[in-house]
Amino acid sequence: MIDIIVNDAPVSLDLPEDANLLDVLRNHLGLFGPRFGCGAEQCGCCMVLVDDEAVQSCARSLDAVAGRSIRTVEGLGTPDTPHPLQAAFLEEQAGQCGYCLSGMLIASAALLKANPAPDESAVRGALESNLCRCGSHNRIIRAVLRAAAAMRAAGTAQTDG
Amino acid sequence: MAEASDKPGLPGSLAQNPRLSRWLSILPEGRVLLKTGKVEIGQGVLTALRQIAADELDVAIERLEVVPANTDVSPDEGVTSGSRSIEDSGLAVRHASACARAIHISICAQRTGVPPERIRVDDGEFVGPDGPIGSYWSQTDDMILDCDADPAVVPKKTEDLRLVGTVSPRLDLPDKVFGKPRYIHDFRLAGMRYAKLVRPPSRGARLVSVDDLDLDAQLVVDGDFAAVVADSESAANAAAARLASRLEWEEKDTLSGSENVRDWLRSVAPEPSVEASKATDTEIASVHEREIYRPYVAHASMAPSCAVAVYDGAALKVWSHSQGIFNLRRDLAMALGLEAYAIHVEHREGAGCYGHNAADDVAFDAAFVAMALPGTPIRVMWSREDELSWSPFSSAMLVAIEAGLDASGNIASWKQTVTSHGHSNRPGSGATPSLLGASHLKDGAPLPPTRDGPLPAGGSLRNAVPLYVTGGLEVAASRVAETPLRVSSLRSLGAMANVFAVETMIEALAEAAGRDPVEYRLDHLDDERAIAVIRAVREMCGEPGAGDGVGRGLGFARYKNSAAYCAIVAEVGAEEEVKVRRLWIAADAGEVINPEGAAHQIEGGAVQACSFALKEEVRFDRRQVLSCNWEEYPILRFSEVPSVAVRLLAPPGTPPLGVGECATGPTVAAVANAIHAAIGVRPTAMPFTAANLAGEILGR
Repeated sequence: MIDIIVNDAPVSLDLPEDANLLDVLRNHLGLFGPRFGCGAEQCGCCMVLVDDEAVQSCARSLDAVAGRSIRTVEGLGTPDTPHPLQAAFLEEQAGQCGYCLSGMLIASAALLKANPAPDESAVRGALESNLCRCGSHNRIIRAVLRAAAAMRAAGTAQTDG
Repeated sequence: MAEASDKPGLPGSLAQNPRLSRWLSILPEGRVLLKTGKVEIGQGVLTALRQIAADELDVAIERLEVVPANTDVSPDEGVTSGSRSIEDSGLAVRHASACARAIHISICAQRTGVPPERIRVDDGEFVGPDGPIGSYWSQTDDMILDCDADPAVVPKKTEDLRLVGTVSPRLDLPDKVFGKPRYIHDFRLAGMRYAKLVRPPSRGARLVSVDDLDLDAQLVVDGDFAAVVADSESAANAAAARLASRLEWEEKDTLSGSENVRDWLRSVAPEPSVEASKATDTEIASVHEREIYRPYVAHASMAPSCAVAVYDGAALKVWSHSQGIFNLRRDLAMALGLEAYAIHVEHREGAGCYGHNAADDVAFDAAFVAMALPGTPIRVMWSREDELSWSPFSSAMLVAIEAGLDASGNIASWKQTVTSHGHSNRPGSGATPSLLGASHLKDGAPLPPTRDGPLPAGGSLRNAVPLYVTGGLEVAASRVAETPLRVSSLRSLGAMANVFAVETMIEALAEAAGRDPVEYRLDHLDDERAIAVIRAVREMCGEPGAGDGVGRGLGFARYKNSAAYCAIVAEVGAEEEVKVRRLWIAADAGEVINPEGAAHQIEGGAVQACSFALKEEVRFDRRQVLSCNWEEYPILRFSEVPSVAVRLLAPPGTPPLGVGECATGPTVAAVANAIHAAIGVRPTAMPFTAANLAGEILGR
């Protein structure tokens, strides 16, 4: 059995140590937020927070995260209680096809945890591993800056949301 | 299914699908189902259609539910492509909704004796001079809309619209931001099993033998089509990896190698044809030549293509992110030996796709395996490597222009010759199925030849006829029939290379004539809307600041010579690599349904075009595609994305024009012209990498 914490809930998994983390999240835990894009940690679609760090889950084994806390985009917020990033992405309409957005939100959440007042270049830097093919980059940058401002204003930058 | 006959006088796709119940169902609980044959590919079309219908019906937008396109109930609107969705489906939905409103009001009038012109509609409630007298929701007999649209009905005037022309948030975005299962990739059925393909290792490879011992998975092999089926995705992936090492293939060279494409295109015997010509009697004072090259480029969708299919022994059901579900059904029927009526195709969203990617191919893969295992739902998702190497590419192209100037430096003749494969290989009209897997079967027919639509829209020749007044004109195609690499439609088709060629040539001619390149363009245009977007973008960008290695350039086109006008100024900085710093865009798309959506489409198209311009080229050796992951096929990253300003011009009373592809060609051209301004070399070959530009400097 491998124990992990997923979106604040402890989970015990009777799976092999080398089970693929993204496969576990999607096919065993029914969390479709993390998405398969490449399987080689080259696009960012599959990003999740492991503790507070944004990592690509598509080429990671389950035992590498044993005992750790994992947060997927579903664990950031819900339509009723959205994370400030999710609210800002909707306000800026920051997405076209949307397939990259889970990864964008996770990478941005990690950024704002480490740096509550990023400038545009810090946002670009934090999202450098995340690919978007539709060309929504500028809206995504604006959404992250908007969320950072909202979180600072609300004094919530210190929590996970 | 398409209705039997076209109905004259009806707009957009309503002409082929005149029955109102095809488009709208009004439900007693106060909802309206809106059916469209167009599909959401991240462009926001469902949101725009909802705005249009809500406006004409006079109901709150929240009451409208858009039904995902499916072959049983949706109108057949062909393919979601060519920036035609608003012109096809938008105008049809508008007219159908206006008809539905008129019919319902007349029923209410008959019932109450209130004259129809005195009845207004307030969020679905009918209100007469003395107050409420009924509603849509109390008149929901199915038969009411079971009639053909009336061409005489007149939709609302622009000034009476509440929603069209205002910003409407995208219908599909909340699910995508909260990680809800919405994509085909997230679709699960009870008892579903997972199939994984093992594609041939190279283009000319033939399967010789299979060692299937201890595979721990079910094998489906036919000719060069090989798949494994397992109970889980991970087991299927593992079994496919094992199978790959157990297949013996016979391989041979079939490709030119990507470094030789330019020479190869010149060497293969093309089918030449002159498709537009006009003589000139002006005396030519000087002749100028230019040839540009664009390599094969890929869709590079963020998600690998995916499909689910189930066959019950008689009927086949397929869930697909195809852009043309009816055309897919037609080719599936042909490939699988089924009647079209035995196949039901239903759309599910996928990642953004910019033309004909592998969406249809993977639907065949899933259907073929499903037919081998009746009763079992089968899901197939391609690998990233297959997506980047087996999806149809966009054809490599050579565009040659020979222009003659008169004694005063004005253009007196223009000859443009385009060497390219055809730009469409979509399912739906070939003599054989255009489905990759079907061509790999033992008795499978080869894929049909590529096609080009006729001018004015054209395929290879899209935007090859310049909008400039040129005096003499000759536009010729040199079509390369042989396609060692499969090609098909990708955003803007031939326009990307043609606009790059035209707009760099126009600047070269202005330079030869000793005139300002922007003024030179304006001097050769007689279309006021074209002149207006060029003037607008010049005003937007202001005067450039001075700086070494920094330059600005303009690119302009009217997409397809019939859709949106778009003028773009790019500012580039030449560092180790060229970087696009800023883009200013002025576009005239006529009436705009959702200004935010239109601006976003234009900006996205421009950013994507920067990626094509600066980075992208499909690389291959003599046997196989090599650029099959994101390191080998890089696309633009956050650090490389320019800031973008978009301004929409909409002359009053102008009909909506497609907007999704208008920025592609002008962006590439603007970047090329900006590079010339920055470093003095006018690029002739995409992508504009430091290595290619150094080659051009040395080659001069």
